[in-house]
Amino acid sequence: MITRKQLFVDGIFRQNAIYRQILGICSTLAVTNLLSNTLVMTLGLTFVTAMSSLTVSALRTVTPPRIRMMVQVMIIATYVIVIDLLLQAYLPEISRRLGPYVGLIITNCIIMGRAEAFAAKNPPWASFLDGLAMGLGYTMVLMGIAVVRELVGFGTLFGVTVLPAGFTRWTILTMAPGAFFMVGIVIWVMNTLDPPSKAGAPR
Amino acid sequence: MMHSQLSAAVILFAAIFTNNVVLSNFLGLCSFLAVSKAVKSSIGLGVAVAFVMAATAGLNWLVYHHVLVPLGLTYLRFAVFILVIAGFVQFVEMAMERLAPALYFTLGIFLPLITVNCAVLGVALFMVIREYSFLESVAYGFGGGVGYLVAIMILATLRWRTRKSKVPPALQGAGIAVIMSGIMALGFVGLSGLITIN
Repeated sequence: MITRKQLFVDGIFRQNAIYRQILGICSTLAVTNLLSNTLVMTLGLTFVTAMSSLTVSALRTVTPPRIRMMVQVMIIATYVIVIDLLLQAYLPEISRRLGPYVGLIITNCIIMGRAEAFAAKNPPWASFLDGLAMGLGYTMVLMGIAVVRELVGFGTLFGVTVLPAGFTRWTILTMAPGAFFMVGIVIWVMNTLDPPSKAGAPR
Repeated sequence: MMHSQLSAAVILFAAIFTNNVVLSNFLGLCSFLAVSKAVKSSIGLGVAVAFVMAATAGLNWLVYHHVLVPLGLTYLRFAVFILVIAGFVQFVEMAMERLAPALYFTLGIFLPLITVNCAVLGVALFMVIREYSFLESVAYGFGGGVGYLVAIMILATLRWRTRKSKVPPALQGAGIAVIMSGIMALGFVGLSGLITIN
């Protein structure tokens, strides 16, 4: 049995979804050009991961094994629809900017990965914490990338101009290639600071 | 509206080159990075994705416009699209095993991976947001799939060519693959002036 502290250390650092497991990269690249988009996206993903891990785990003894994947996908889709309707109602501007990427939380590999690897064989409360920790690990990396991309690419933070007008913007960081380079650099830096150990292979 | 005047052929071309699903819309990256270690399986997966994407874009268009819109259930589209995709993939897997066993052994193993490939769902969602017609949707699905095939083939070949290069230990594997994808994306940005679709 893993302790609660261990769950969080694993989810946020040792087994970080982005730079260690290379999962959920699509949204990492797509939404990180602006901090406000990123914040909403990470909150949404953390909520969906935690809640669907909780639900998958609570239903794990009554789910027929043959249709397990389908049941998991439907549970995840339910929470994503909730998030999508909330965003359309209260944050229409951000909902429009995120476009299809809210719906794509359903196929985010992190959520299915946690449902299969953890929630399907652990009790509900531990699964909820595991999902929460994975979501926080994702949040940490995305917010870090978004700060750099918005600051250097647009000269703003949360839409507020912070860099002097004379600063030459690195437009490349706001475009697709810049997103790939940023993720590559994060993987590089984090693997240097915290080298993956053989013993810590994904469970 | 501009996009109602765009012909299906233009959308097909744009989905491959100027708005490549992988390199400019960031879809399907998990399998893109994981499978591109080997050239042969990359081609297999790419062909399977192109086929499933074209077919499910058409199916999802029909379901969305003839079932969900009349019933006022468009907010259920996420769940319905993923069910259509999963059902279609399952059907193709069974049909292929029965009718073309040789093809099943080369492409069949990639089919289950496609159900949760975000590119397939992403194409269906973009098709709704951009209000494509049926023909445009199928063209976008097929073009998106071919774009995926082109991108994963290039990356797999690059990874094969650089397998003996001296990469810093912390960057080996996924790290350098992401950087190489960035350089490829830079190349594709160069094509973006050709056509614009929003």
